[in-house]
This record gives sequence, C-alpha cells and structure tokens, in this order.
Amino acid sequence: MTRWLQDNMPKIVLAPSFIAVMVFVYGFIGWTAWVSLTRSRLMPRYEIDSFIQYGRLADSPRFETAMVNLAIFGTLFIVIAMVLGLLLAILLDQKIRIEGAIRTIYLYPMALSMIVTGTAWKWILNPELGIEATIKGWGFANFEFKWLVDPDMAIYTVVLAAVWQSSGFVMALFLAGLRSVDEEIIKAAQVDGIPTWRVYSAIIIPSMAPIFLSAFIVLAHLAIKAFDLVIALTGGGPGYATDLPATYMYAMAFSRGDIGQAASSAMVMMLVVFTIVVPYLYSELRTKDD
Amino acid sequence: MKSYVLSTASAIAVCAAGVASADGHAEAEVLHYWTSGGEAKSVAVLQEEFAANGGTWTDMPVAGGGGDAAGTALRARVLSGNAPTAAQIKGPAIQEWYAEGVLADISSVAEANDWANLLPASIAAHMQCEGTWCAAPVNVHRVDWIWANTEILAANGLEMPTTWDEFNAAAETLQAAGIIPLAHGGQAWQDATVFETVVLGLGGAEFYQAALVNLETEALTSDTMIAAFDQMRTMRGYVDPNFSGRDWNLATAMVMNGEAAFQIMGDWAKGEFLAAGKVPGVDFSCASTPGDGYLYNVDSFAMFSVDGDGKAAGQELLAELIMGPKFQEVFNMNKGSIPARTDVDLSGFDECAQLSAADMASTNDGGTLMPSYAHGMALFGAQSGAITDVVTAHFNSDMSSADAVQMLANAVANSM
Repeated sequence: MTRWLQDNMPKIVLAPSFIAVMVFVYGFIGWTAWVSLTRSRLMPRYEIDSFIQYGRLADSPRFETAMVNLAIFGTLFIVIAMVLGLLLAILLDQKIRIEGAIRTIYLYPMALSMIVTGTAWKWILNPELGIEATIKGWGFANFEFKWLVDPDMAIYTVVLAAVWQSSGFVMALFLAGLRSVDEEIIKAAQVDGIPTWRVYSAIIIPSMAPIFLSAFIVLAHLAIKAFDLVIALTGGGPGYATDLPATYMYAMAFSRGDIGQAASSAMVMMLVVFTIVVPYLYSELRTKDD
Repeated sequence: MKSYVLSTASAIAVCAAGVASADGHAEAEVLHYWTSGGEAKSVAVLQEEFAANGGTWTDMPVAGGGGDAAGTALRARVLSGNAPTAAQIKGPAIQEWYAEGVLADISSVAEANDWANLLPASIAAHMQCEGTWCAAPVNVHRVDWIWANTEILAANGLEMPTTWDEFNAAAETLQAAGIIPLAHGGQAWQDATVFETVVLGLGGAEFYQAALVNLETEALTSDTMIAAFDQMRTMRGYVDPNFSGRDWNLATAMVMNGEAAFQIMGDWAKGEFLAAGKVPGVDFSCASTPGDGYLYNVDSFAMFSVDGDGKAAGQELLAELIMGPKFQEVFNMNKGSIPARTDVDLSGFDECAQLSAADMASTNDGGTLMPSYAHGMALFGAQSGAITDVVTAHFNSDMSSADAVQMLANAVANSM
C-alpha cells in the first residue's frame, strides 16, 4: 500500500489540477469551437450550421480592420520592445553606478496594469491636455500631435503605450541573459583585442538565442490578447479604427448578443496564437529529444 | 389624485396580501443597472414602495457598460437555471428573451389595470410577446432632442433650428463667431444617436421605419440615405477636432460653459443641466431635432418564469407598482424622462418634459412615434451594431456617402 502510494503520489497530487485544466481550458475551447459553428445569438444554441459564422467574419469590414490592426500592433510592438529592451540591457550592462536603481525605474511600468497605462497615455496624448497643449503653451503655435484622434494613426498610440509598458520587462530578461554568458569567453575576446561591439554582436547576442525566443513568446501573447489597453486608451476608436480581435470578440459577445460571431472570432484568435506557439513547442520538444 | 393613489395602493396591498398569503409574502429579486446617483435614487423609490406593500426586495444592481455587464450577469443566471424575478431589459431584447422561453406572463396584472389604454400603442407593443404581456415600462426617454446654450443663441441672433438647413446655417454663423457649433463625443453610440435623428429629420417617420426598423434594402441604399450621410459629413465639420472618445456628459458641459452652442442627445442630458443649477428656457433651450417625429427609448422590466408563489406574487406586485401613477411620476421626475403611462399629471415636470409628453401624444396619433435604433429599441443587437459600425466608420473617416450606403446594405445583410 505505502509502496503503491509512493509510486502514484505525483499522479494523485497532479490529478485535480490536470482535470481542472482539461475541463476549464480544453473543454471550453471545444465548447467555443462548437458554438462557433452554430447560429447562436443571445444564448448559446447547439444545432450545427456549417461555417456560416466564419463567412460572416470574412465579410465583416470591422473584423478585417481588427486583424490588420493586430498585424500592425503585434509586429511593431514586438520588434520595438525587443530592440529597445536589448539596447537598454546592453547600456545597463556597462558596470555603471546605481544600476539597481535604474533597473527598477525601467522595470516599474510593468507593475502598472494596462488600464492605468492606457488612461495615463490617453491624457498625455490628448491634444487639448497633453503633449500638444504643453508644447503649444511654450509658444510653438503650429505644433500638432493628433495621433490619438486620427483614425489612421491611432493604432500607433497603442503601440507607443504598450512599448512603454513592456520594454523594461524585456530589458530585465535580456539583462539576465547578458549576465549568464560565460565571463571567460568575454575576457578571452577582450585579451584578443576584439572591439566591444563585436563581442556583443558575434558572441553575446548569438548565445542569448533562447532568451530572444522567450521574450518573443511573452510579447506575442501580450499582443494577441491585448484588450484592456485599447479599451482604456482609445475605446476602440475613433470609429472602430483601433479595434483588435479581442475587443471585437467582446463587443459581439457582451454588447450585441451575437455569441456565434464572438465564438468564431475567438477561434480565429486562438489559431493565430497556435501559429506562433506550435513551432516554438515543436522546436523545444525536439531539442529535448536529441 | 391623492385619493386615487391611495386607493390604488390599498388595492395593491389587498391584492398582494391575497396572493401572498399562500406562501408567506411577496418577494422579488430585481436585476438592474441603475447605479449612478440619480438613477439609484429613482430605483430606491420603487424599492420603498415595494417594501411598504409588504414585499421583500432583493436588490441586484450590476454596474458597467451601459447595461452590458447586467446583460452578462442575466445570461449567466438564466443559463444556470436561477433566473432573477425581474430584470431590466428593453426593446426587442424582451422578445429575444421570450423566444428563449424564459419569460413569465403578467397579462393578468396588465389587463386588470388596463395597460393597453394607458400606454401609447407602439410602446405597448414592446411590452407584449405574442399577445401576452411580458414586461412593464418604467419611463420614456426622448432621443431626438437638440440642446442649446440660450445665451449664445441670443448673442448671435439665432433661433432653435427647425430644419437641417437652418441648423447648418446657424452652425456656419457660430463657426464664424469662433464658437464650436456642435458639442459631440466621438463614441460609436453617440455618432449613432446623431445619425438616427438626421435620418428621421431628412426622411420622415415613414422612411425611418423602412430603413432603420424594417431594414429594407431599397431604403438603405436610397438617395435619402445618401443625403443623411452627406449631412453627417457636414456636421463632422461642426465638431471640435478633439471630440474623439469624449463622454456625452462632457459634451453637455461644453454647451453649459458656452464653449459650444448645440448638442444632440437624449433627455438624460437635461439631468446634467439641471444638476448644474441651469434653468430650462433661461440658461438652456430644448427642442426636438429638425423634422417631424419622435424617437423613444423606453426602459422596462421583464419578468422571468420562477418557481414559488411568493415570487409570482412579487412579480405581480412589482408590475403593478412600476406602472402605478405615483412611481411613474416620482421616478421620472428624478430621472429626466417622462412617464410611460399617459394619464399622469405633469404639472410638476419642467417645460422640456411637458413638451416631450405633448409630442409623444401627438406623434402617437400621427403615427410618427418611432423606436430609437441607436438605443436598442428597434433592432436586435447584431443588426443595430452593424449599422452603428458603418455610421461611426463613415463619421470618423473621409468615406463617401455612396460608399457608406453600400457598406450599410452589406453590413445589414451580413448581420442577419
């Protein structure tokens, strides 16, 4: 008996959380997939009616805007946050004084919720309250900075706020990566008289590849599920110019009583996540097998 | 009046006591989204009256999202088989819930109190599901109001506009004088609010009915609709550059402070003026938006099928109190709307409310009393949302009116 317990203890301990994950994650993914194939409106219905909801998604200009915005926002957010984070990390890595304090300052935006970030930037970018009004107040009467109220530019304000929030976190990740590179190699390179920028570009950064991947995965899923930032910063506007798939899904499910549309857009979002995560998992699992 | 109220109240009490004796007393759990100051005060009136008639009221206020959060809570409750006794639902959503087979029949109360003759016909129709009464109306908000700063109008020699051309001319004058002609908040529902008043004004009630209630493709793609979008484009020039995302009450404040001249908004805006100590006719003016007709937004409570005599008695008592003249008077004086029943004495109401009531009666006779699409009275959420998407996309871009009309027809077809 004790022996059996000893053998099976890990399984018994893990079973409840395993069951919970099966039901509440995969079970509900399955449920959403089912509902996305029905004509559900106010309440879920279960008679399958082919891919009508996906057809409606394809015909919806608003969902198209949301997907284009996701592409713009995702790409710019990930690239800028990673470049900026790496740059900050390298600068911090120069054995400077009060590094701890500076690191904390850059990391702090991460402690704010996206709602706070969004609201703060809404005021900063508001033409009558923020940057534009301030600079006009200094005497530059022709200065204009109206991105927030310009339908073509508003999505970039979302990028701006998101980068501000996350680049400190990326910096911390990269800093840990920089510190984990073997000192001996760097010293050897310095003895050989190799310039610092070459040390970074040829030795340190290539050896940090796993950190890049982790940072990418973290930022990518932040981008895809971005919702609160848009709601706080622009409310999806002007018009629906800054809609993202997550805000579209919310509008359909909770404001419009169109559960079928909401479920199908949620499935599309999940597919986008899969196209990013599955190659990652695949490469991770394969390296373990080697 | 007073004796009538008293006799009704005692009749209710007797009736409630009679039904309730079977199972203790009347009880009701009421899900609503009246959580802001004035609204909460208004709903407390109902709560007190319910308690005074021997009922037990369980309050379930759900704040947020203009009722979205309450709708979500309601769905969760109904799906789990634990529906509240009554919930604040309005417009076609009542019939949508009825189609799910979860609403209770309150015809006995409605017929005993002659609701059919107390309510304007089109409003009564919203409260009925396939011939039975399934909801009780609380108030009538008029949506097609135009509010103005009286002082600014006088200073510029302007009158309240009675046609959209007059409005445009007045706006040009104001713009030349350096005043923002139209205070507006760039949120989708506010764009939709302005749009529906323009459609009603330019096309008339018959066109409004065809386009925004019956969704006839011919009407949606007609020249009148193009003209409506043209007017929206013109009005885009009359708002200040910083209007995006502004809340409606901030736009009202702009009119109050003299920054802007006009605002097009439902009569909840009046509450803002009154709360700031402004006097109708002196500090601010109210008029219906140019054109004939009346767009209404009626809040109502639907009753859900629940088990237990106590709850059934609670529903009957609640329905009776909601339509009671005393509640209708007190509640609507607090909220800025007018009573849904037409026999309430309006002498205590302000002149805007009296105008609203007079117009409701005359448009009811003339057949131009129309449900507001922007406020969920005319269409299901999917359809009204699809229209609003197009309206707000057009208003916030340089899309041509012809493109907008085509997009409108496609969006409506796609939302079915």
